[in-house]
Amino acid sequence: MSRTDLIALLPFIIIASASVVVMLSIAFYRSHKLAAVLALAGLALAAASLPIVAPMTPRNVTTLIVIDAYALFYMGLIFLAAFAVAALSYSYLERHDGYHAEFYLLLLIATLGTAVLAASTHFASLFLGIEILSVSLYALAGYLRHSNRCVEAGVKYLILAAVSSAFILFGMALVYAETGSMEFAQIASRTAATGVHGLPLLLGTGMIIVGLGFKLAVVPFHLWTPDVYEGAPAPVTAFIATVSKGAVFAVILRYFSRVDLHAQQPLIVIFTVIAVASMFAGNLLALLQKNVKRILAYSSISHLGYLIVTLLASGPTAVSAAAFYLTAYFVTTLGAFGVVTVLSCKERDADSMDDYQGLAWRRPWLAGIFTAMLLSLAGIPLTAGFVGKFYVVAAGVGSSLWLLIIVLVINSVIGLFYYLRIIVALYGQPGEDLSPKPTRSLSGHAVLAVLTVLLVWLGVYPGPLIEMIKKTIQSLI
Amino acid sequence: MILAWLIITPLIGGLAAWLLGQKNASLARWISIAALVLDSALLAALWTGSSSPLTLAGNAWLLDKKWDWIPQLGVSLHLAVDGLSLILITLTLFLGIISIICSWTEIRERVGFFHLNLLWILAGILGVFMALDLFLFYFFWELMLVPMYFLINIWGHENRVYASLKFFIFTQAGGLLMLLSILALYFIHGRSTGVYTFDYFLLLGTSLTPKAAFWIMLGFFIAFVVKLPAFPFHPWLADAHTEAPTAGSVVLAGLLLKTGAYGLLRFVLPLFPDAAASISYPAMIVAVISIIYGAVLAFAQSDLKRLVAYTSVSHMGFVLLGVFAGNLTSLSGTVMQMVAHGISTGALFIIVGMVQQRIHTRELGRMGGFWSLAPRLSGFAMVFALASLGLPGFGNFVAEFMVLVGTYRVNVVMTVLAATGLVLAAIYSLWIVQRAFHGEKREGVKLLDLSARETGMMAVMVVIILWLGIYPQPVLKTAGPALGTIQSYVSHMTTVAPQGVEQ
Repeated sequence: MSRTDLIALLPFIIIASASVVVMLSIAFYRSHKLAAVLALAGLALAAASLPIVAPMTPRNVTTLIVIDAYALFYMGLIFLAAFAVAALSYSYLERHDGYHAEFYLLLLIATLGTAVLAASTHFASLFLGIEILSVSLYALAGYLRHSNRCVEAGVKYLILAAVSSAFILFGMALVYAETGSMEFAQIASRTAATGVHGLPLLLGTGMIIVGLGFKLAVVPFHLWTPDVYEGAPAPVTAFIATVSKGAVFAVILRYFSRVDLHAQQPLIVIFTVIAVASMFAGNLLALLQKNVKRILAYSSISHLGYLIVTLLASGPTAVSAAAFYLTAYFVTTLGAFGVVTVLSCKERDADSMDDYQGLAWRRPWLAGIFTAMLLSLAGIPLTAGFVGKFYVVAAGVGSSLWLLIIVLVINSVIGLFYYLRIIVALYGQPGEDLSPKPTRSLSGHAVLAVLTVLLVWLGVYPGPLIEMIKKTIQSLI
Repeated sequence: MILAWLIITPLIGGLAAWLLGQKNASLARWISIAALVLDSALLAALWTGSSSPLTLAGNAWLLDKKWDWIPQLGVSLHLAVDGLSLILITLTLFLGIISIICSWTEIRERVGFFHLNLLWILAGILGVFMALDLFLFYFFWELMLVPMYFLINIWGHENRVYASLKFFIFTQAGGLLMLLSILALYFIHGRSTGVYTFDYFLLLGTSLTPKAAFWIMLGFFIAFVVKLPAFPFHPWLADAHTEAPTAGSVVLAGLLLKTGAYGLLRFVLPLFPDAAASISYPAMIVAVISIIYGAVLAFAQSDLKRLVAYTSVSHMGFVLLGVFAGNLTSLSGTVMQMVAHGISTGALFIIVGMVQQRIHTRELGRMGGFWSLAPRLSGFAMVFALASLGLPGFGNFVAEFMVLVGTYRVNVVMTVLAATGLVLAAIYSLWIVQRAFHGEKREGVKLLDLSARETGMMAVMVVIILWLGIYPQPVLKTAGPALGTIQSYVSHMTTVAPQGVEQ
């Protein structure tokens, strides 16, 4: 491995060393603040290292990993999102008893796993990334071990993620048996050259989709989502909803940019069914929920449904639409869960509708931010979600995916109902103030302020980001 | 730049009213008034400037400005005004100022936030009237929904949550259909010419297959007809108008409905002349049904505000009829109707609001004998009821007359049926006056007459509606070149329409 390779791996090395440093610091001096600062510094450094790495892209480091502009873009997204999660977690964990320093250790390792996913071009690295991510998430989801719901969430996630890993492994084995390779590029060229479209290959790809579908929480692999979202600590939920899903989607997109999805009709059908089912199930089930975290969970299911439309649409517009939509989704979802985090207290998370009744008249800024996030999820102008949805619809119309687009439009309208229901509560008459009274959290508010500015900036002036995305996806096409 | 400032001023004014008005309610009101007066001054510069619509003939576009916004997608900040836009912008600012004045004492809670929403709605509407980039148009189209939703949801009456939700869902669904159409047009144009753009002028000449043109046109048509609203897309209207605070009703009836009519004129006819011609007959049937059905529904209401709301359906039917009759006379009548209906119905909503604020009910059954209690209020109500029924001398008469004359040249049966709407209008208008203002006094009802603020506001509106009725020439002349351009796209429409009588 040459020196250049090591520089190319700089982001991974920084994150990995940061986790070691955090671990050692815990051994010598256990301090929540110190661990948080070290983790934040590690994530910031890793993000800062991306421009240093950028000039040497694209570069294959072994056959497992490629450092190209696409990978760097998603890594940047992942590091910044993880940074936001870490900052939100600090004041959240301060309110709870117990040891907190290890939380950041797990968070860093999970982030490393997602970064590997974004750069992987090989089944081995894909699987490694998934496992690094999952193992840390088991512990993170059940981190508040005094709370039964939290532990339940951890166990649920553990069992289902283990099952999904088994699916992925089996699928990879089948694909390998058929093509003789585990490298994306090799698989692509061999299937294209020999025209292998046999049952084992299809079955293998299908099983991989099932396994990754669990991670993406798309219908029908979504059953764990509401419970885990509800039970896990709010910042961890934010991490699962954004970083984990985003990285998995990035690797799926990379895989299918190599292996021609459109040559395999059954896969198109599978993804279409998944997309339609996710949109409808996510939105319709969200209508029935009374718990804000569960509503957001179902809403995220439907958003992944929208995102799959970009996977089925072809061409550069589709890939850039996916990147833009994911960015908007990251900002919005982090913001929404960020508000939940900031409002949560020691006893429980602020997930009941009553916690938000009349919030606008008690905490106007926080309610305003939450409103902005919800409107962005609904795709209303001035927010990033609007441009994102516009972009996705444009990609769909550009590829004449009329069925999916009509379903998307219908679902946008259904989605309005429950987003507006929360907004109605926010601006309703303040009821008896039963909501938890958390201590003010500076880091949480700072993160929310930055996210809101980003949300509006991307909604009003998306040009620069689109320009950047267009450059980064050139390595993929 | 002046066009951008027209939109930016209310946006900033709204923020200022909100931030500075948190402690002091009347400061928020004065800031809002100041922002709109400043905006009106900018507008006055447009009216009197070098390319004034009153002096200039020929080129329809008075000002046309374009900046890059998202060049990667072919989106630009393209704002332009012609006579049509100018008239509607003037109406917007006028009704904006009126709606601030009329909620001076009605809104007592969260005053700053109220004015933020009100001014942002106005900014969105102004944007709709000026945007000549389809992305930008959609942006403003959606932008005005959210503050309107808040306006109804926070300051509305008893059933406000339901009404605001219904309003939002209806218009949003229509808007999404329009988005699909915009994108389809964008891609078809991009594929055939290689230029991917949302610019109105570039998209104007897109060659479409009849089938594609029909479906794309339908998306626009439905979005605009929902906003108008015409039968069968009207159910949101009565709830939204009834439950909204007075300022909300004024803005809804006076301005938001006009964005639908404006969209039909600006986009549906010029972009898809043939497809529009092919549905002109069904569209006119829908228009006639709206005219009659709206009037009949109005007559059946016992809630005064709901009654006024349904009259809008009837009046907006004339707009739809005029647009799809497609000749210069009917189009001019449409524009007159937009202005006259904005003023007269706005005034009626204000009157209903004043009555409700005083006696805390909108039920016609609990009103009566107001004339002796509050002569000024009743006098104004009488004037606007007469305007609404289309009495000669008021702007509404000129408008409806022109629409009917224009339609007569295309289709006699439709004209006759639409004219019965005028009879029905007379019935419901006189019904209001009879039930609420004449008749016996109710026991225990106290009705304060109008204050100086209210009298002044209503007097100005009376003067304008009379002026529109007696001397409509400035409006017609200003809109003329713009309508001429629009009409030139559809000049063959009247011959395509079935049962064409002449031309």
